[in-house]
Amino acid sequence: MITELSDHVFWTLVAIYGLLVMASIIVGVMSKIRPETDFSELVARVKTWWVMVAVFTLVMVVNRNVSLVFFAFLSFLALKEYLSLIPTRRADRRVLFWAYLSIPVQYFWVFDQYYGMFIIFVPVYIFLLLPLRMILVGETRGFLKAVGTLHWGLMVTVFSISHLAFLLVLPDAVNPNGGAAALVLFLVGLTQFNDVAQYCWGKAFGRHQVVPTVSPNKTVEGLLGGMITTTVLAVVLAPRLTPFGHREALMAGIILSLGGFVGDIVISAVKRDLDIKDSGDLLPGHGGILDRIDSLTYTAPLFFHFVRYLYLP
Amino acid sequence: MIKQIFFRLIVRPVLILVVGVNVRRRHLLPERGPAIVVANHNSHLDTAVLMTLLPARLLNRVRPVAAADYFLSNPLLAWFSRTAIGIIPIRRKGDDGDPLEALRSALDDEQILILFPEGTRGEPEEMADFKSGIGRLAMQCPNVPVIPVYLHGLGKILPKGAFLPVPFFSDVFVGEALVGGDPRFDADPHRFVEFLQDRVTALAGEAPKRAWD
Repeated sequence: MITELSDHVFWTLVAIYGLLVMASIIVGVMSKIRPETDFSELVARVKTWWVMVAVFTLVMVVNRNVSLVFFAFLSFLALKEYLSLIPTRRADRRVLFWAYLSIPVQYFWVFDQYYGMFIIFVPVYIFLLLPLRMILVGETRGFLKAVGTLHWGLMVTVFSISHLAFLLVLPDAVNPNGGAAALVLFLVGLTQFNDVAQYCWGKAFGRHQVVPTVSPNKTVEGLLGGMITTTVLAVVLAPRLTPFGHREALMAGIILSLGGFVGDIVISAVKRDLDIKDSGDLLPGHGGILDRIDSLTYTAPLFFHFVRYLYLP
Repeated sequence: MIKQIFFRLIVRPVLILVVGVNVRRRHLLPERGPAIVVANHNSHLDTAVLMTLLPARLLNRVRPVAAADYFLSNPLLAWFSRTAIGIIPIRRKGDDGDPLEALRSALDDEQILILFPEGTRGEPEEMADFKSGIGRLAMQCPNVPVIPVYLHGLGKILPKGAFLPVPFFSDVFVGEALVGGDPRFDADPHRFVEFLQDRVTALAGEAPKRAWD
């Protein structure tokens, strides 16, 4: 069963592939003109973009349940990466097992379109369960740190990311312009575009650091340039992919670009705290999964509730 | 046949899902036998990970060296160890005959041995002193490359005594091969073992600090 793509979703995907072709050509030409400079990381990054976009397209067009399994797997990889980075107590092995089990359960609520449970399962039930399970183990040394870091990680990698999935199961009536799939494309596409835009503006014009102690590469110029570019693109795409009017599109653009920035620097702060550069090396040129979905951990819940508040009857 | 099916259908998919291994310098792993891959040992997963890292076409020639007193302790485990994994059992204790003989003939047959010179899995994520057997084997087969490998994080997934694997990412660091015939060892097995252990310890230095808190 293949999901039918609306025309606008189809052409948006074509445009994304167009951008990838352009990026590949630019990187190729640059390494030809300046053979003395090492572009290998940039080349790897563009190549990985191709793979990520191809996988995303595939899971989005096959059918909705495949997309849900994919988002659940994304949560699993992100949580695994997070738990591999933070110091965990040996005594907590069984607790971590329960933490992993929360993923299929959380995505089952999504599949079931059971919003009430979806929205409280991790913040309430898992929040109450994990300390209890730790107490049954009986190790109190480092208890607060262990339970705090574990729950924070679940909120970021499971709760936040599952909002992408719930956006996908919203009734198509919410969005006459392409349905739920178009909203997911709008959210993911603009969040990732904003990352690249902020990076490019920062590289070209960056002077004044925003948060020098957390991430010296983030500049006011990059942030503002990215925000403007992303918001303009949001306004252009909104009539094709979303139910938004001009004013809502403007707000969505600001939410996505500012939220994405915050998500990015929050994960940067975690990495700085742990004294590591990348969260992993699953995605050549990008780092780990967390490095790639850092912005989405903020934009997914923010955008979801923006849509829900304004458009769900 | 059973070994191929077991590794292709069960071991590989489970390792990809549960473990997720980052390998540094995979090209230093052997591409043909004879060779000896030597690693630190913390988990039953160590063997499985090393076996899947080697090219699949070599699978039938890859032979983990395993303690007879543990892996042949009951008939079911013995059948599984011999058929699905293809271990070469050796006796850890007792002195009836030369325990290295089976290893030498496997190397003569161009097989690849996986050997854990600590002799046991021990405490999770801690390395014990290497036993001397690998030194004697290297002296007896002076041209066979010995490849040092450091495995990091697998002891967190499935430590000794645990039944429930908990997913984590793990790292594999491969080092340059040594041969027993190298003049700097002066045909001294103890010098070889010392040098080998230093190499594995040096590889451990590359690992991120993310053991237990």
